[in-house]
Amino acid sequence: MNDMTPTREQREAVLEGMGCKRKRVEDIRFTQGKGNYVDDVKLPGMLHGDFVRSPHPHARVKKIDDSEALKVPGVLAVITAETLKTVNLAWMPTLAGDVQMVLADGKVLFQNQEVAFVVATDRYAADDGINKVVVEYEPLPPLVDPFKSMDADAPVLREDLAGKTTGAHGPRKHHNHIFEWTVGDKELTDAAFKKAEVTIKEMISYHRTHPSPLETCQCVCSFDKIKGELTIWGTFQAPHVIRTVVSLIAKLPEQKIHVIAPDIGGGFGNKVGAYPGYICAAVASIVTGKPVKWVEDRIENLTATSFARDYHMTTEIAATKEGKVTGLRVHVLADHGAFDACADPSKWPAGFFNIVTGSYDFPTAHLAVDGVYTNKAPGGVAYRCSFRVTEAAYCIERAMDILAQKLNMDPAELRLKNFIKPEQFPYHSALGWEYDSGDYHTAMRKMMETTGYAALRKEQAEKRAAFARGETREIMGLGVSFFTEIVGAGPSKNCDILGIAMFDSCEIRMHPTGAGIARMGTKSQGQGHETTWAQIIATEIGIPADNIQVEEGNTDTAPYGLGTYGSRSTPVAGAAIAMAARKIKAKAQMIAAYKLEVHEDDLEWDIDGFRVKGLPEKFMSMKDICWAAYNAVPPGMEPGLEAVSYYDPPNMTYPFGAYLCVMDIDVDTGVYKVRRFYALDDCGTRINPMIIEGQVHGGLTEAFAIAMGQEIRYDETGNVVTGSFMDFFMPTAVETPHWETDFTVTPSPHHPIGAKGVGESPNVGGVPAFSNAVNDAFSFLGATHIQMPHDYWRNWKAAKDLGAVA
Amino acid sequence: MIPGSFSYHRPASVADAVKLLSDLGEDARPLAGGHSLVPMMKLRLATPAHLVDLHGIAALKGIRRDGNNLVIGAMTTQHDLLASDEVGKSVPILHEAALLIADPQVRYRGTIGGNVANGDPGNDMPALMMTLGVAYRLEGPGGVRDVAAADFYQGAYFTALEPGEILTSVLVPVPAAGHGYAYEKLKRKVGDYATAAAAVVLTMAGGKVATCTIGLTNVHETPLLATDAANAVIGTSLDAATMKKAAEAAEAIMSPAADARGPIEYRKHVGGIMVTRALQRAAARAK
Repeated sequence: MNDMTPTREQREAVLEGMGCKRKRVEDIRFTQGKGNYVDDVKLPGMLHGDFVRSPHPHARVKKIDDSEALKVPGVLAVITAETLKTVNLAWMPTLAGDVQMVLADGKVLFQNQEVAFVVATDRYAADDGINKVVVEYEPLPPLVDPFKSMDADAPVLREDLAGKTTGAHGPRKHHNHIFEWTVGDKELTDAAFKKAEVTIKEMISYHRTHPSPLETCQCVCSFDKIKGELTIWGTFQAPHVIRTVVSLIAKLPEQKIHVIAPDIGGGFGNKVGAYPGYICAAVASIVTGKPVKWVEDRIENLTATSFARDYHMTTEIAATKEGKVTGLRVHVLADHGAFDACADPSKWPAGFFNIVTGSYDFPTAHLAVDGVYTNKAPGGVAYRCSFRVTEAAYCIERAMDILAQKLNMDPAELRLKNFIKPEQFPYHSALGWEYDSGDYHTAMRKMMETTGYAALRKEQAEKRAAFARGETREIMGLGVSFFTEIVGAGPSKNCDILGIAMFDSCEIRMHPTGAGIARMGTKSQGQGHETTWAQIIATEIGIPADNIQVEEGNTDTAPYGLGTYGSRSTPVAGAAIAMAARKIKAKAQMIAAYKLEVHEDDLEWDIDGFRVKGLPEKFMSMKDICWAAYNAVPPGMEPGLEAVSYYDPPNMTYPFGAYLCVMDIDVDTGVYKVRRFYALDDCGTRINPMIIEGQVHGGLTEAFAIAMGQEIRYDETGNVVTGSFMDFFMPTAVETPHWETDFTVTPSPHHPIGAKGVGESPNVGGVPAFSNAVNDAFSFLGATHIQMPHDYWRNWKAAKDLGAVA
Repeated sequence: MIPGSFSYHRPASVADAVKLLSDLGEDARPLAGGHSLVPMMKLRLATPAHLVDLHGIAALKGIRRDGNNLVIGAMTTQHDLLASDEVGKSVPILHEAALLIADPQVRYRGTIGGNVANGDPGNDMPALMMTLGVAYRLEGPGGVRDVAAADFYQGAYFTALEPGEILTSVLVPVPAAGHGYAYEKLKRKVGDYATAAAAVVLTMAGGKVATCTIGLTNVHETPLLATDAANAVIGTSLDAATMKKAAEAAEAIMSPAADARGPIEYRKHVGGIMVTRALQRAAARAK
């Protein structure tokens, strides 16, 4: 070895493998405006489609007159439900086992529902056409309040379900009832409440909101009549599933469908399901023989594509006087809008809401969820959330604070007292999950020490006294949140979408010069997969991450996978990547043994190649092995160096975290200031700390938005009143608080690299931290539970209702 | 959110613009920064057949001192206002308010003329103009006339502008040296209209308020001058009882709409608080 030989540290550094704060490779194009999004797809002769939408929340459609629209220069066709019926596509299946109108078939069930699709030579002509389509409506009484949906005299919304007493998830109790889902031991839980020393009960609502990605939903569909092939460029979080669904509903052979998800400007769950725009653009392309583009505007995105949350959770905890929890009982009224277009694994009508026991050792629990129809936009997607985990975490974290208040205990102490203990993992929860790993006490204590929790409580007590003396009009709240997430859907034994098991995949193909390409079944929408996936491979096989090209989103080239949502990419595809890399490494070892003239077992892995044990100078780098794989393989071995892995996870992963929000509220105006926000996340093995930090910042910002004002609101007549960013709270950098991040590392015992997924944790844990801070601020004035969102006027109203403002 | 079709005109002089607007009639709208009109066109709430873009008229831009007046051309952007030392020195409340309008990108496009001429009750500058006693110079087929800001606003989006008239400049009387000023605006986020806002310009003498005007933004279908509230504080040292009286007098003339910013009661309540806070800050600044 001469002086030029790199050190071990240098060899490791050049790989930029796991644990490295590698800069995001995709940002080179994004920061220069060189991304390639769906709206950048421009094909020769491409047409544009746009929707006529219903102004009514509930009405019969008497007549659609398109004669004047067809006279508008450039307008080529007006597609209605009648058109779609000729190809049997007036309705489409939802991921939740319901059906949904593609275009209004006889009636409309929510404001801005799609009624007709106007196809024109440009977007302007399409919109001119929309304004000329005359629709005659007969208004029907709207059903807005989910609590009135199952009244005997509630209007019948879904006439198509008349007489159907059973839905996709069992019996229906009422014409507006979708499903009832129960989990847990009712008898045991009722018994626990009967003998409880202390109980609390509160109706905790998690209001309707919307993922609102920067890029709205859109697609370009191009049907080639000669080849009989349909190509769809779309903003799809799950392109492979879209291909299968299109094949099933359009009766096209799957190999004749090419789905391409190019760069995506944020998804957050909004882009998992199928929307009428996709179907209409595809049908329009088939009818006209030309490519058809459909691009939603912001109003359409907020008011018609999938909303999130809208869960009304009546929550009860039974406990001892000392604050040991003995039972949990939750009933949820779930408002799904006009169609159940919830995007959950098919067998889970309320997603993984049964993680609602949270981080606590509840000996027994019972959960019942009733899904109902209302005259609102359909959906129920997981907005930066693993299938209703945000709702569950909010429910239990708010309820634990309410219990602490009743017991006159500190909320952090109450949590410490009830945490699942490290030695209890793997832990079987009362509602059926097996938590893989955790060390909650360490995380909580680290949060308390780092933030100076005890001193903050002391300061709060002083401020409260000063408020009582009339020396200040400001109150101070400490929002404690400790969440356990459940991510990585999921094991085929309990997770599928329309019958497709929720595995994920990776294919790695190494090239002779020591570079390679890797493709996955996932699809980045901002998560930075091109960066992090290459880091896993770099560490596993010793090839610099810079030499690994990562590609996702093209169903013709990528292996089949279920896509990116529910923080599943790292737990599932991340595992597949490691497993595929290990197959490459196994073959590489055989080649190295042959070239170094030793037995495979005499080799050991050393950062970026194989070394003969005891003979350090006998070394073959992975780069050289790649060359040999194509030019000098052992006799009898096939040339080449590539591998595919399909990974069916044995269990979910369970990231967790301890958050603290310190907030000051001016009771006279309701104006709040987030003085401090600390987030400790444990996502197991950390692949790229910088990307994790970015994910946490983004998730906390969305959590802040949701808790403090972001809502989709309907007035009592069913008009949606939050249809633009003027009213739908989308914080800018100015409003966004400063985030302090921290971590502990508890690797997942069953994941090949011990990683757990983190993208959604900050949203799951953030919302209760903000809401608990507001509630904690008002608690000394007598508040038990104040519903979200906590915007200025509602804070003022809370103060007024509590007598703190004249 | 796609506008209907329209013809685009770009005159080079005020006379040409006036002629175009007169000839084209009600189907024509002048276009300044476009931050109110263009979004309304995208929603097809406004469907002008003709847009008369004023950006080609050099004479409409610029800030100059004319005696005791600061003359600000209608096409002067909020950014230009902020960049002007003259404005900062002689009418600093314009800087304070301009900084609360939207964000830098909007302020590069948005103009003072468009802000005050559109009659949008959410805009910040109109109440400020009333508070400062500004006159608007209007030029139309009938010639040139000046209208006091206080007489200009007739209802939401209804103003004293006659058909074919363009607001060409605002004439701002420079407040007395040593005056105190403040613009207090409660908003939910950057880019939002005020939940309620109050402008105060006052002078102090011997620890007491000598002169005072108060303007209110977005608590009525037009901007308001809170004359009773201002009168209530003149001659006082802004003691707690006076502040309460001023807030009540201001609230008495407010009639905001209930919207996502809050119910009527809240918007009036915080309107009163904006008045008291603006008074306190203005008094503290006065020399």
